[in-house]
Amino acid sequence: MQSELVQKYLREDRLPHIWCPGCGHGVIMHAVIRAIDNLKLDPEKVCIVSGIGCSSRASGYMNFNTLHTTHGRALAFATGVKMSQPDLHVIVLTGDGDTSAIGGNHLIHAARRNIDITTITFNNNIYGMTGGQYSPTTPYMDFGTTAPYGNIDNSFDLCDLAKGAGASYVGRATAYHAVQLAKIIESAISNKGFSFVEAVSSCPTYYGRKNKKGDAVNMMKTLKDMYVDIKIAEKKPELADGKIIFGELYNNPQDEYTDKYQKIIDMLKKEN
Amino acid sequence: MGMPKKVFVNKEWCKGCGICVAFCPKNVLELKNGLIDIARPEDCIKCGQCELRCPDYAIFLKEAPENE
Ligand SMILES: Cc1ncc(C[n+]2csc(CCOP(=O)(O)OP(=O)(O)O)c2C)c(N)n1
Ligand code: SF4
Repeated sequence: MQSELVQKYLREDRLPHIWCPGCGHGVIMHAVIRAIDNLKLDPEKVCIVSGIGCSSRASGYMNFNTLHTTHGRALAFATGVKMSQPDLHVIVLTGDGDTSAIGGNHLIHAARRNIDITTITFNNNIYGMTGGQYSPTTPYMDFGTTAPYGNIDNSFDLCDLAKGAGASYVGRATAYHAVQLAKIIESAISNKGFSFVEAVSSCPTYYGRKNKKGDAVNMMKTLKDMYVDIKIAEKKPELADGKIIFGELYNNPQDEYTDKYQKIIDMLKKEN
Repeated sequence: MGMPKKVFVNKEWCKGCGICVAFCPKNVLELKNGLIDIARPEDCIKCGQCELRCPDYAIFLKEAPENE
């Protein structure tokens, strides 16, 4: 027996999923289906697109139109889907490696165009699937299998990156703040334009072990302690000292790409 | 009005991570032989924290007749 939501939106014959015990990815996928349910989207009008990685396995478990693509290219495929069928709600589920390393250029250009795609990056600060190599979001001097003496690269703030590149909606929440995460995903999907959500995940198997972050429970507690809601931070800045802010970080609707493209088509049709 | 809710588990999907046990505010849950067990169902306040946090969808609230 399953919960109604799982029965309604997941492919039960594909479950249990392959994610490790206590991996945050399962909590984030749950938040995505709650958001879709709250928005009452027609599942036939939803297309989930992913790349390659543990996080990108999500598309295989979700009972919508789904497209599991190649590493880093989810946004390129998603752009094609959206251009050909602009009435679809295109949602990209991806990892920090998938979106910001090999897929970094696709991210900035999709954001720059403000194409109506919601990108949700499951950020576990590591390459999980391939065994714990450091990613562009691995914090400075943290450890990975490819950074045995500490990672000397500075890390990306994915939300700043997306905003700087032109996303019209940007939000962040964590697997611990799962209620708020679903709300942010709802707002992101509702924005007609490029929306970026950093869903902070936890990888107890690689990032956790390499960095002595404790077990899955401990890692959830760390997310609880390390992140503070932007509404609280605005009222009482002292409570945000040394912490990372989550919530709706940017919401500035702009003209959308497929609309602008359609206008050109309409104009040319009139001329001929 | 719907029936009252009850907490259910699907042991086949449980991977024994212990997150539900740790975040249940009423200490209703335990791990038994590495898998979830509803040790004290009478203490459950149906808050749904377990369902919200389970990464494996292995524990959830569902409407059920009182005596089921
Ligand atoms: C073109 C190409 N390069 C490299 C790989 C190997 N590869 C598979 S998944 C992955 C990284 C996954 O990390 P991330 O996107 O952060 O997802 P996670 O597994 O952590 O959820 C890499 C490098 C690949 N599949 N294809
Ligand atoms: S390797 Fe890490 S990211 Fe991948 S399923 Fe396991 S815990 Fe999750």
